[in-house]
Amino acid sequence: MLPAAVSSVDALKADSPKVWPEFGTNEVVHWEYGEAAKVETLLRSAHRVVKVDLVNNRIAPAPMEPRVVAAKYDAAEGRLTVWSPTQGGRRIQMMLARTLLKMAPDKVRVISIDTGGGFGVRSKMFPETAMVAYAARQLGRPVKWLGDRAETFVSDYHGRDQINHAQMGLDRDGKAFVLKVETLLNVGAYLSENGLRLPMEGGGRIIPCGYHIPDFYFSVKPTFTNTVCTDTYRGAGRPEANYLMERLMDKAAETYGLPREEIRRRNFIKPSQFPYKTHLGFVIDSGDFAGTMEMALEHSNWAAFEERRGRSAARGKLRGIGLAFFIEGAGSRPVEGMRVRFEDNGDVSVIAGTYSHGQGHATVYSQLVHEFLGVDYDKVRLINGDTGTSPEVSNGTFGSRSSMVGGGGVKRACDAIIVKGKKIAARLLQSDATRVTFEAGVFRAQTSSVTMADVAAAARDPNKLPDGMAPGLDEYVVYENDTENFPNGAHVAEIEVDPETGVVEILNYVAVDDCGVVLNPFIVHGQIYGGIAQGIGQALTENIVYDAEGQLLSGTFMDYGMPRAGHFSHIDARFNAMPAKTNELGVKGAGEAGCCGAPPAIVSAVVDALGSYGIKHIDMPLSPERVWRAIQESRVNKAA
Amino acid sequence: MHNFNYHHAADIADAALKLKVTVEPKLLAGGMTLLPTLKNRLAQPSDLIDLAKIDGLKGISVEGKEVVVKAMTTHAVVAASTDVRKAIPALADLADGIGDPAVRHRGTIGGSVANSDPAADYPAGVLGLDAVVETNERKINADDFFTGLFETALKPGEIITAVRFKIPDRAHYMKFRHPASGYAVVGVMVAQYGAKVRVAVTGAGPNAFRVRAMEDALEKSFAPASVANIKIPAGDLLGDIHCSAEYRAHLVNVYARRCVEALVK
Repeated sequence: MLPAAVSSVDALKADSPKVWPEFGTNEVVHWEYGEAAKVETLLRSAHRVVKVDLVNNRIAPAPMEPRVVAAKYDAAEGRLTVWSPTQGGRRIQMMLARTLLKMAPDKVRVISIDTGGGFGVRSKMFPETAMVAYAARQLGRPVKWLGDRAETFVSDYHGRDQINHAQMGLDRDGKAFVLKVETLLNVGAYLSENGLRLPMEGGGRIIPCGYHIPDFYFSVKPTFTNTVCTDTYRGAGRPEANYLMERLMDKAAETYGLPREEIRRRNFIKPSQFPYKTHLGFVIDSGDFAGTMEMALEHSNWAAFEERRGRSAARGKLRGIGLAFFIEGAGSRPVEGMRVRFEDNGDVSVIAGTYSHGQGHATVYSQLVHEFLGVDYDKVRLINGDTGTSPEVSNGTFGSRSSMVGGGGVKRACDAIIVKGKKIAARLLQSDATRVTFEAGVFRAQTSSVTMADVAAAARDPNKLPDGMAPGLDEYVVYENDTENFPNGAHVAEIEVDPETGVVEILNYVAVDDCGVVLNPFIVHGQIYGGIAQGIGQALTENIVYDAEGQLLSGTFMDYGMPRAGHFSHIDARFNAMPAKTNELGVKGAGEAGCCGAPPAIVSAVVDALGSYGIKHIDMPLSPERVWRAIQESRVNKAA
Repeated sequence: MHNFNYHHAADIADAALKLKVTVEPKLLAGGMTLLPTLKNRLAQPSDLIDLAKIDGLKGISVEGKEVVVKAMTTHAVVAASTDVRKAIPALADLADGIGDPAVRHRGTIGGSVANSDPAADYPAGVLGLDAVVETNERKINADDFFTGLFETALKPGEIITAVRFKIPDRAHYMKFRHPASGYAVVGVMVAQYGAKVRVAVTGAGPNAFRVRAMEDALEKSFAPASVANIKIPAGDLLGDIHCSAEYRAHLVNVYARRCVEALVK
């Protein structure tokens, strides 16, 4: 068996086996931000420096549906059709056509109507997609491949797998002013599409997260190992960034003898500082970080916690409460094509460049069209997931972007429809367009009115159109924005540890999220719940484990700990909505908030519960045995 | 899955005959272990002999001081049985906690016991409740039945027909579920029969075993404190990426004590 390098730490040792011997090292690149020397000097000048060493565990995205590809080639037409679940078919189409199969893009169609879970991993091109497409073309026969769960574990890109060493310098009053973060990223054996970028561009754009820390140095060393590649997984760099900041803040609270909420209060970016430019040049437009945290403290009854701790102690349990504040970056690459089309039967179609794979876009876009145009909700339908019908610009759905780019695109298309509609209505009503009003689906001029349906019908009849106007009321917009948005939130987890077994039970979970304007509370709550579930999975049960030879030991659901309903408590999800100022709907993404908030909240709570043992940190996942061992070790240390 | 011949056995004699005349036969009870094994091509029997249509292999009865559960009785039936609930509530609880509802409605006691999966619940019940495993050929005492990892005293061609549990004065079963699979990492059955106590453990070792030191201590004084300090050597126990042998040994101690606590409460 060939020697293997499995962890990033081991892979960087001089005598470690090289994944690519011709490259001479496993260090892919050393990527830095900031001035190392200045930050070192500032750290030396600090009243106190707090340090954390953290393992951000490798996890499997594990969508419910393994990968599937089917392809058919029509030799007479020279057309290739590929069916495969993906978060964005246009990219797959273009890579297949231009890069891999050297075909004209309009001869390649990718259809992806239903996708059983995205989570970032389904936004990627995988080798099997290309192989199946190639085989179908070469053989002239339909070809299908269906991955199973074992293949999902050993070939779907994994997430996270960072090792973070971070230091934060604070002044006499507990105000942080300098931050140094050194990150080792395990990229696996190859460079995946986005994996390399995640610490710096995914996480770095928001570090130091909700806090104002003027000086920052960031060192990222992506490292080759003999493992599955890592790439985007729900949160994609931001959960890791928030986790290290929150562990630092807890450490600072402990060092200064301050309550965990107080150290955060002293360091939050204040509302008066918005718009706030982050170190990597992104601009946070809005937020009420302190207010959001106060809401979470209030709804978790944080102040009265010690009484509850006592009640648990009487039952032999160690109760703990944990707090995490986080900030997100949502809606990256904010360009998307959206079309609103009036059908002959009176339906209105939203033809979206975004891809709905469980997010409920049909519900939300229908709501928006109903709100903007007064069209019956049930008459609106969503067309997406097929490069044959998608708008030319179709980036798909990832990074909590669809509310802003898709919703915003619907808004802009509807605005254009109303402008055009007023002109047509003016002619029908024998009035002037400037005197026509539009509200709730009705155009009015003085006492007469016509409906949107009347106008849509008239728009098809050249005789009823104002001079020179092209027929049709349909609109296509390419939504563009020059910024993304910055959701944020404060989560509080309350847990009990069984000190004899190390089992962590979640008793209560309060999530206060600022997702900007909430378009549909059921759907946003669903996103919050799902994100928290995945975050709790990372914190408590999920862990990809390799042995020293590079053999995957957690390759089935018998060995890989997917969280189950029994691992959760009720989640009390609330909003402190601060409308985004940088997009017309005021929305901020919601999809990845939960997995930013849950890991630090859970770890903080467990460490709080174990305070009497002098335990300051346990690396995730906080499995029963890990917690039990931490307790055993602290007992040994105390005895010694 | 590899190909195999499939047979319905009409009765036990028919099943025994088919076991004899086929090349590499396998009995099919609930199939909760066998079918996944076949699907993963980890076994390649020539013939599957399905016991599902043998009516005489199903049912529960109370006979004097014993509860008799026939081999093809599903876990769900045992869990829902008022006879079992009345006679040995710990056995009903054990059955009610096996796997998930789908497994409990397909899986059978005979299949579970014959498989001697180290993480199965029933072996702790069989051993802790001093059961006798009845086959088409003989009766085997629980103490002689589980011989190793997936190994039992059953001979080739032998078919379990029933498990005969002795009704205890009191008994309690508890298990610690595996963080990933949900199987028993440690499952402990503590049962008291007059002056005698049995402590049986599943999950922790290659097969279910009794902890004599705990039994002796409890026979002297049936109290949690009697077992609180009895440590189990980790050397012979199983370990995996979630639960090491050392941790399992510790859990045996905790769960045995908690069983006694539950019984004396």
